Amino acid sequence: MKGTRAIIEVLKSEGVTLAFAYPGGQVIPLFDELYGEKDIRIILPRHEQGGVHAAEGYARVTGRVGVVIATSGPGATNLVTGIADANMDSIPLVAITGQVPTHLIGNDAFQEVDVLGVTRSVAKHNYLVSRAEELPFMLKAAFYIARTGRPGPVVVDIPSNIQRADFAAHIPESVNIPSYQPKYDGNPRQIERIANLINASERPVFYVGGGVISSESSDYLRQAASKANIPVTTTLMGLGAIPTDHPLSLGMLGMHGTAYANLAVTNCDLLVAVGARFDDRITGKLAAFAPVAKIIHIDIDPTSVSKSVRVDLPVIGSAFNILRDLLPQLEHRERKDWFARIDAWRLASPLVVPAGNGRVSPQALIRSLYSLAAGKDPVLCTDVGQHQMWSALFWNHQKPRRWVSSGGFGTMGFGLPAAIGAQLGLPDNLVLCVTGDGGFQMNIQEMATVARLNLPIKIILMNNGYLGMVRQWQELFWDHHYSHTDISDNPDFTKVSEAFGVKAFVLDRPADTEKVLAAALNHPGPALVNAMIEREANVYPMVPAGEPLDNLILDAE
Amino acid sequence: MTHKNNRHIISVVVENKPGVLARIASLFSARGFNIESLNVGETENSELSRMTIVVSGDDRILEQVRKQLSKLIDTIKVTDITDSTSVESDLALVKIKVPSGRRSELVDIANLFQARLADVSEKHVIIEISGGEDKLESFLRLIAPYGISEMVRAGRIALRRGD
Repeated sequence: MKGTRAIIEVLKSEGVTLAFAYPGGQVIPLFDELYGEKDIRIILPRHEQGGVHAAEGYARVTGRVGVVIATSGPGATNLVTGIADANMDSIPLVAITGQVPTHLIGNDAFQEVDVLGVTRSVAKHNYLVSRAEELPFMLKAAFYIARTGRPGPVVVDIPSNIQRADFAAHIPESVNIPSYQPKYDGNPRQIERIANLINASERPVFYVGGGVISSESSDYLRQAASKANIPVTTTLMGLGAIPTDHPLSLGMLGMHGTAYANLAVTNCDLLVAVGARFDDRITGKLAAFAPVAKIIHIDIDPTSVSKSVRVDLPVIGSAFNILRDLLPQLEHRERKDWFARIDAWRLASPLVVPAGNGRVSPQALIRSLYSLAAGKDPVLCTDVGQHQMWSALFWNHQKPRRWVSSGGFGTMGFGLPAAIGAQLGLPDNLVLCVTGDGGFQMNIQEMATVARLNLPIKIILMNNGYLGMVRQWQELFWDHHYSHTDISDNPDFTKVSEAFGVKAFVLDRPADTEKVLAAALNHPGPALVNAMIEREANVYPMVPAGEPLDNLILDAE
Repeated sequence: MTHKNNRHIISVVVENKPGVLARIASLFSARGFNIESLNVGETENSELSRMTIVVSGDDRILEQVRKQLSKLIDTIKVTDITDSTSVESDLALVKIKVPSGRRSELVDIANLFQARLADVSEKHVIIEISGGEDKLESFLRLIAPYGISEMVRAGRIALRRGD
């Protein structure tokens, strides 16, 4: 069997039906094998970075392993941002890169780069296939490592002579890696201790992260919260684990969290972290984070435990297994005083849509977009920045795997290609891409992919002519020095969109918000809404970096 | 939890494969951990290598070091053998300038420490010494006045005693 055939057989054995792939010199053999291949649909992006973010979007909405293929050298380095992004957000991904032939490795050959060296610190694991016989095992192991334990990206670097080699290939049905044995069940005695602490607590809070989404344990989480009567706050990655409008939901916590979530965490006597990693954007000032609480941490990754916040009771394992085993041991408690305090905070500091100043209000736009999309099981993809936080805060998140956003790595340029992957993963859902004028231009070439595939994605471009989040920091903390954040000399996005073959709508009057959004949503193919939003709208609430969570800026004063 | 800086000896059994040392080295630099010494060699099983890493930091850092090392796919076992009863040894080659007529003094010192004269030339000797930290340190203190012109140390190796 040829190396390239072995690659495809492994992909098939892993149930791969779709891959994002960009050709180049050292993957021509693989592309030749893909020529006429019926079982694996190949999506050609216009940039390898577009391909890897699309693979992430696909993985985030389906829970399956995303696959991306690129050539050696620049092809591989163009994947690095997406690999790092997937690593930070624990997204299962297999990146296959071509490499120069083995006899040229180390010679500074044309389009050669040390892919193992470059990706080592941003991937869960990586392999260089140096003998053809290793290829099936390594590729199979890559899938296994990517989707098990704490999921993540795995890179497999395959020299072109190994792709072309003819050898007696054995495609293993499964792999066992003695040094890698993820643990899913939590220690029963520890779980019993969690239950005892929860049942005894007066003011508990669930703090839920992406681990609940990736382990598919949202149902158990909601059941546990309801049964024990515990309010739930989520991280950016945990949005969708509980509906935003669920009576127990406090929304998001952290730097741009709701006031009531941050105040609840600050005042709780028991914080139950599930699949979350106490990121600095969540904790604010460490010494003041949940200062009076006992902290329980349920996580599959031991390195996440007590990394920044000292945990009283860690339980290592899958959120799914642990919540499942915990559920029967939980008892209902009224906690009247606690909920009364929370209700008072909700009442005192609700999320507000500020009065507009003549241009379109971004917060009102998100609210309006939700009301039009509700009932269509919408997927909301975002880029990174202010529009991302407005989307996180003002959208009504209903289900897991319907929120696609670059969390830990904060990668501008993520949104549009991720939406492509999301739409390919969920072809019957309404896929929305809310983006900003900065990030949109970082992978704008993927408009060609949207048009080529005629994907019915609706792109809502929040256009304020600024790199808005940085501008907000400059306004609030850097004496209004808008240093190189004004990009109001942007191209005419309406024309740009039309040039790519994507129908464009302009939204420049607040009163038209619903009408224009509805028109775009009703358009049968891809569409872009160029929304001229308030130029200097800010994201509130905001906890300044390094401050305690109860030190909130609620609005512009 | 104490926050005082401690030196720890971490013994790591890893797959004996290319690139594993690079993974561990880059893990230490990426996470800002300080390696004081690192020694790698094959174990009784040629498919496995044992690394002995001397690292310093407070308890929180040490806990992260152990966990991060364990998380690497190629890592089989991580043991902190600082507090356990372990046998430790280091090896040093020390080149010493010999003041005229005083070679025998150096030979005496070497004998006291059960060290070996590895090379003798007209103006220099190279002494090979192995043993625990204290032994090497006192040896080096004693010969310092003669003038150490070059030295190389292999890094600490350690094994747990008994079963």
